[in-house]
Amino acid sequence: MKPEEIFAIELSGVTKRFGTIYANKNAELKVKKGEIHALVGENGAGKSTLMKILYGMYRPDTGVIKVNGKAVTLKSPKDAIDLKIGMVHQHFMLVKTLTVAENVVLGEEPVKNGFALDYARAKEETARLIKKFNLILDPDALVSGLSVGEEQRLEILKILYRKADILILDEPTAVLTPQEIKHFFDIIRKLSSEGKTVVLITHKLKEVLAVSGSVTVMRQGATVARVETSGATESSLAQLMVGRPVVFQVERALRTKEELDKSDMVLSVRDLRAISSKGHSALNGLSLDIKKGEIFGIAGVEGNGQSELVEIITGLKQPVSGSMNVRGKGINFPCSSPRKMFDAGIAHIPEDRHKKGLILDYSVAENLILGRHREPAFSSPMKMNFPGVDAFAAKMAGDYSIYPPRTDLRAGGMSGGNQQKIVVARELSREPRLLVVSQPTRGVDVGAIEFIHKKIIETRDRGCAVLLISAELSEILSLSDRVGVIYRGQLAGIFGAGEIGEEQLGLLMMGGKQ
Amino acid sequence: MNEFLQIFTLALLSTTVRISVPYILVALGATVSELGGVVNIGLEGLILIGAFCSVLGNYYTGNPWLGVLCAVAGGMFFAWIHAVVCIKFRANQIISGLAINIMAIGVTKFFLKYFFHSSSNSGRISGLPKWNIPFLSGTPVLGDITSSPLILLTILLVFAVFYAVYKTPFGLRLRAVGENPEAADTLGVNVYKMRYAGVLISGALAALGGVWLAYDQHQFTDGMSGGRGYIALTAMIFGKWNPALAALAALFFGFAEAIQIQLQTIGVDLPVQFIQMIPYVLTIVVLAGSLSKSTAPSADGVPYEKE
Amino acid sequence: MKLSKTFKIFLINIGVTLAAILASFIVGAFFILLVDVNPITVYWKLFEGIALNPYGLAQTLFKATPLIMTGLGIALGFKANIFNIGAEGQMVVGGFACAWLGFTFAGLPAFLMVPLCILGAFLGGVLWAAVPAILKVKTGAHEVITTIMMNFIALALTNYLVTYFFHLPETVHTQLTSQTAFLPRLDQYISAFKGSPANVTLFLAVALCVAFWWLIWKTPYGYEIRAIGLNPSAAETGGIHIKRTVLMTFLISGGLSGLAATNFIMGYKHYFEEGFSQGVGFMGIAVALVGQNNPFGIIFAALLFGALSHGTLVINALVPKDIIQILQALVILFVISANLLIKKYIARLNEDRS
Repeated sequence: MKPEEIFAIELSGVTKRFGTIYANKNAELKVKKGEIHALVGENGAGKSTLMKILYGMYRPDTGVIKVNGKAVTLKSPKDAIDLKIGMVHQHFMLVKTLTVAENVVLGEEPVKNGFALDYARAKEETARLIKKFNLILDPDALVSGLSVGEEQRLEILKILYRKADILILDEPTAVLTPQEIKHFFDIIRKLSSEGKTVVLITHKLKEVLAVSGSVTVMRQGATVARVETSGATESSLAQLMVGRPVVFQVERALRTKEELDKSDMVLSVRDLRAISSKGHSALNGLSLDIKKGEIFGIAGVEGNGQSELVEIITGLKQPVSGSMNVRGKGINFPCSSPRKMFDAGIAHIPEDRHKKGLILDYSVAENLILGRHREPAFSSPMKMNFPGVDAFAAKMAGDYSIYPPRTDLRAGGMSGGNQQKIVVARELSREPRLLVVSQPTRGVDVGAIEFIHKKIIETRDRGCAVLLISAELSEILSLSDRVGVIYRGQLAGIFGAGEIGEEQLGLLMMGGKQ
Repeated sequence: MNEFLQIFTLALLSTTVRISVPYILVALGATVSELGGVVNIGLEGLILIGAFCSVLGNYYTGNPWLGVLCAVAGGMFFAWIHAVVCIKFRANQIISGLAINIMAIGVTKFFLKYFFHSSSNSGRISGLPKWNIPFLSGTPVLGDITSSPLILLTILLVFAVFYAVYKTPFGLRLRAVGENPEAADTLGVNVYKMRYAGVLISGALAALGGVWLAYDQHQFTDGMSGGRGYIALTAMIFGKWNPALAALAALFFGFAEAIQIQLQTIGVDLPVQFIQMIPYVLTIVVLAGSLSKSTAPSADGVPYEKE
Repeated sequence: MKLSKTFKIFLINIGVTLAAILASFIVGAFFILLVDVNPITVYWKLFEGIALNPYGLAQTLFKATPLIMTGLGIALGFKANIFNIGAEGQMVVGGFACAWLGFTFAGLPAFLMVPLCILGAFLGGVLWAAVPAILKVKTGAHEVITTIMMNFIALALTNYLVTYFFHLPETVHTQLTSQTAFLPRLDQYISAFKGSPANVTLFLAVALCVAFWWLIWKTPYGYEIRAIGLNPSAAETGGIHIKRTVLMTFLISGGLSGLAATNFIMGYKHYFEEGFSQGVGFMGIAVALVGQNNPFGIIFAALLFGALSHGTLVINALVPKDIIQILQALVILFVISANLLIKKYIARLNEDRS
């Protein structure tokens, strides 16, 4: 067998079931040594599951796993680590109360005197790897104080410490700004040039084209294609991912500056200052106006105050100082509450639907009336009006194509897209004047994304104002009438549609000047 | 007022150190268990188990050190039950702890009747022999401290636990497992094993606290833990899950009990019931003032489920 | 026969609970063996004492009555993720308030006195739950520890009050309440129950069960409590007032435990006596758990533990009565361990549907 034909990773016939759902169905993956290989597919296509099998976190029901030409059985991550496979997960696995060096050596700590932790050596090793791969980190820094980009570099550092030759990176750029993404690509290329094999799990097709050498496309648990990046385009890949041609831009009419100037003010905040739940300052004098009938998008790296801004506007948090007006009426801090905000006409689609948007153990119907359960149509003080609730729920399920249309089913059993639709349906049914929506399409498949975007624009067209917070720059740019960049608790700039591009946005998001 | 000030003597200081022993030991145990992510409300019951086993062992073998061994074995056994229920069966840790307490009360009373034919107290046993360390044994406070093996052991354990938690790989992994067990798991650390270790250690330490109580009173009495297990948990919260600070907080509670005893001895004008209430009221006040939510290990109390 | 999903879940809950009870009896048998007694003899005598004679049945009802009430109180807390372990103290304070009202306002006619005393018991429990409840809501103070501390303080406080102000000479109890505060015993209507202090507060307990069921499953307030228990973050984002609802629920939970005292104070001894609560507060935890926080399950569990409680007096000659605490603890441990199996089963049921 010729050397170039030995694959670093070869997975074939891999099937994995969770209950009755097939996460992987006869999936295949072949990656040559030293390659930068992209593994793409929609949410739920099975990419993460396949890689977690490779990393020993799951056992496949059937299939053969070969590493460097040899067939292996992986019983736990430790086996994978022994085979020099390292994985950086989508949600970082870092211990916030420990330092960078401690996180790096956890599980393989250098020891002195038989039982003591040799922190000095841990620090030394860490520093050496940081320098070699240009990762820019302080070994003594506590993880709780790191930025998202630094956290990711720490994750890579962890697997390099274990001498990984095969690196699996799951949605690595989901939380990075364009500049950080560029830096990240440089690191990937350096790793590849040092002979390391890199697998990138991603759904960001632009990046696949920018940095990978070859691509495997998965759909509904199975592998549908393996292509060379040089011969692929965004559309060709998207078509393979979804099985049909995909439209990237949403059709809509943009609001012009003149139109907006004539519009009524729906939300006005002045000089908001707030403290995060950890005690750091989160908002430092933020001001903005949102007009009736516009979509105001806020772009920014997570942790710059977006969450606190949303919490204040939706009544979940009190600012330290500053004022807020909704349709002309001042909001009385510190007495605001979600209830009062709903009454003022503000609806909220929260960013983490599992944590904040839905009660998974409640039925679809029960979730659809969350927050509205005390309205006369749904209850009287001593008795719930179940027929009224069910009728409303049935209508919503129809209007929003919630599948399956059984509103008595447990919400936790629905797919991500349908779960999000429940939240969207509920909030829009309030007929709000201001819709605050955070990360609306995170973890949602393409079909549902299109639907949700359409609904948001419909809402705007009906005269509602929309505040959109999203980490997907493309989503912000395609939907917003005006875009603001939030950085360190203030708005670094407000731009009309078309006035600014991704590059410049990315720069501002990192604190650069125009 | 004058009589109130009378209690502040050197005797109070040595009483404080003595009385604090069970609080410190149990607080250390509570901290170790919770740093690993398992809440152990059952410490109150483990103290009783330790106390009873030590008396049983001591009584039947005549050897106080064997009594200590029995206590540690008993404490670890019952702690193991809690560990299995919480870690393997992922049950609610608070309820499991309460059940352990109820069981401990029942088991100790049951065997108290069986072995000692009494429903209130056991036969008399001797405590650990006093050590005579030259130089120090004559001195007022230090003399008392250094002549008691248990007190010395306690001081040693404070340092040992602190060192183990912050300066060894074991401690690093334990803390990781209590803060972000998934992260530790992906690095090959056995989350379950670490948590078992934390709970078993807390059982051993709580049992030692029981030993001190039993040997101090030279017998086992029904319900002799008197709330110390819960107070030790409060000391842990007050000490922000840091073993050294928890031990310090435990000392504070020991001080409160010492004052309570002195007040009762010299006979103040306050009804005895109000003096008895002091430790409990103090605990509530301390809890009200401690910001427990933000400093607990993040995975504390959350059962770990390997995907 | 195609069974509906809800029915299947119901069956598995019952099945597992029964299995847990059986398991604890088996382990209990080991303890009995350890003291050189035949477990079969013991369990048979237990069964005889409880089920095969009317006095035993009446005693079971008598012991079950306060257990139902503390069980409801604790279960109400559990629904909102509140761990109210202070039922014992709340019952003691409720009992004291009830008795005090009973002998202080001796002139009142029965139709005023009875509601007053019942209200007093309720409010006594509410008062005693207030400190931990407010601290939990305002400072996040862990209610397990604060309520347990309040238990100790309740004992000391009532001891003080009785010793210094209210005790009858040579006793550890207060004077009798006025006759108008006496509630009739069941043996007035069922002569077979003669000799047992089982009384009409049993009906109060059952009424509270119905009220509980209605409150939790049929009112918007119940919707909110369950939402908070399942996902407080989503409940808050959805507009539910967490702090207010948690506070109210905690207080009502305390009040329910306070009401448990009426069984003793108004239906039995008619005075406040130290130690009357006899661990009912703690047993209420086992009742709530075995009853799966459901009023009908709670009735069953209360009957079970009430029967055991009476039964252990019957077998006291053979085996130390503390065996009941051991059995109690074992039941709790087995039930909560088995919950994992139930959860897995339910998850599988849910998957098959979607």
